[in-house]
Amino acid sequence: MTYLDFEKPIQELENELNKLKEVQKKSKVPLDDKIEELNKLIENKIREIYSNLTAWQRVQVSRHPERPYTLAYAEYITNGTFMELHGDRCVADDKAMVGGFGKIEGQTFMIIGQQKGINTKMRQIRRFGMANPDGYRKALRLMKLAEKFNKPIVTFIDTPGAYPGLEAEERGQGEAIARNLYEMAQLKVPVICFIIGEGASGGALGIGVGDRVYMLENTWYSVISPESCSSILWRSWEHKEKAAEALKLTAKDMFEHGLIDGIIPEPLGGAHRNPQQAFENVKKVILESYQELKKIDPQTLVEKRIQKFVSMGEVEALDVNEIHNEILND
Amino acid sequence: MGWFKRIKEGITTSTKEKKETPEGLWYKCPSCKKIIPSNEHQENAYVCPHCGYHEKIGSVEYFNLLFDEGKFVELFSNLVSKDPLKFVDTKPYTQRLQESFEKSGLKDAMRVATGKMNGMSLVICCMDFQFIGGSMGSVVGEKISLAIDYCIENKSPLLIISKSGGARMMEAAYSLMQMAKTAAKLSVLSNHKIPYISLLTDPTTGGVTASFAMLGDLNVAEPGSLIGFAGPRVVKETIGKDLPKGFQTAEFVLEHGFLDKIIPRTKLKTELFHLFDFLS
Ligand SMILES: [Zn+2]
Repeated sequence: MTYLDFEKPIQELENELNKLKEVQKKSKVPLDDKIEELNKLIENKIREIYSNLTAWQRVQVSRHPERPYTLAYAEYITNGTFMELHGDRCVADDKAMVGGFGKIEGQTFMIIGQQKGINTKMRQIRRFGMANPDGYRKALRLMKLAEKFNKPIVTFIDTPGAYPGLEAEERGQGEAIARNLYEMAQLKVPVICFIIGEGASGGALGIGVGDRVYMLENTWYSVISPESCSSILWRSWEHKEKAAEALKLTAKDMFEHGLIDGIIPEPLGGAHRNPQQAFENVKKVILESYQELKKIDPQTLVEKRIQKFVSMGEVEALDVNEIHNEILND
Repeated sequence: MGWFKRIKEGITTSTKEKKETPEGLWYKCPSCKKIIPSNEHQENAYVCPHCGYHEKIGSVEYFNLLFDEGKFVELFSNLVSKDPLKFVDTKPYTQRLQESFEKSGLKDAMRVATGKMNGMSLVICCMDFQFIGGSMGSVVGEKISLAIDYCIENKSPLLIISKSGGARMMEAAYSLMQMAKTAAKLSVLSNHKIPYISLLTDPTTGGVTASFAMLGDLNVAEPGSLIGFAGPRVVKETIGKDLPKGFQTAEFVLEHGFLDKIIPRTKLKTELFHLFDFLS
């Protein structure tokens, strides 16, 4: 288990627990009461810490190295029926973006998402979940395939951003993301999106134009990472905590601002402490959302989806007379 | 007061905002360092007659350049940002906005206007880099959205002139969602078969490139413009070496297949008119 800096008290208690278990095993002295007591203590400590997480701490949890990624969700919720499909039919098969069909309770779904690597080698190959244009084009190809055969789409978003490399620019990263936003708006099948880790910028939104967009409890979604925001606005990396607060990037903030449709609870201590529970929570929401969305005719579905995104934004309309006066005064 | 009038939506109208450059002023080209009279520079569409350097210009200049006799009606000019996140970095966003209002005389980073181009009705959305780096926040998104409604209602073609550093960080996720909002609205415009040309100017980067700027029926650019998704500094850090010469210029983007054409500003009106004519 990897512990985050603010999880030190949990780590100490769990170390103690492990020692106790060791002693019991070796000495055969019954310590069950003590172990149970300690377990309670640990649970309370986790609850205490996790009920007061700062925005930055949530960012840390969203990046926890043991947190489940897209393929783990896809495998579990389809009960092992998920079949990965490859390639953008253009230049490559981007390993930072995965997708394929799978069945959930008998219904075929297209499942797509960014994929982070689970070890050092795979992290390199999967570019830490930062997709190239080829990844976005693969995602779009699979979405259009799903639309053609009238299959609903689920996307799992988990990325520190679209890959900012030389080849990405040569192959039109901007165009690839823009195209996805444009095409996703018009998809004639239900689209259900989940932020399962990091939701950074256009790289996240590039598979995020859905009829329903949900965030897991300990994830973040914004236009920029707190570190980059800090370096641009404060001209130093030191202000990432402040930037995380200012960006209002938590699930709670995003829901309160009407920019997502719901928050999915995570097991105590984060999705990585009990992945199965996290998978079950997500699966439940997929099925519920699909039941609602499949009743809506495709035309209305598209109109409602577009209307939802068109309504996002906060502008003030100044009194026209006020502007006239300004012009007269010039 | 004949120079402004109300139109039916009750929105401010400005007809001619032509800046008269007083005689005797001089322009020094930052590229070739040659000095020319400012009025000559203005008459040449702010392009250096010696080396072809395209000086950065704003919405007023583009409107004057493209609309017949510089006559246009501004739309949705009364929209301003609301600071939905109460954002504070080294200073409050509200203060940043106030300073930008005063410094630029603009209300946000985009203005929308309608008028005639060689007699053809046209709506132009033009970004102003002076206003917080031409960044896209709720106002930019809403103006594009309303402009598209106007185009559909009036069957008018659309030109969007991009010039932007990308997202308005102070509006965080609201800014991000403007990408989805503008792209979604353009898909609606497309269903109505109304032509949209995107003109990318120096610089066009980030969320603007990754949304409406790359979604024209035709994408065109001014020569030498910086066009990309990630900024050159970020790309350089990623690859850990110097960038190839000409990387992310309009010419580079054309060569890689993402632009239809590069148009020098001196020919902009003529060539845009031809392109719209082909589509109409
Ligand atoms: Zn020059």
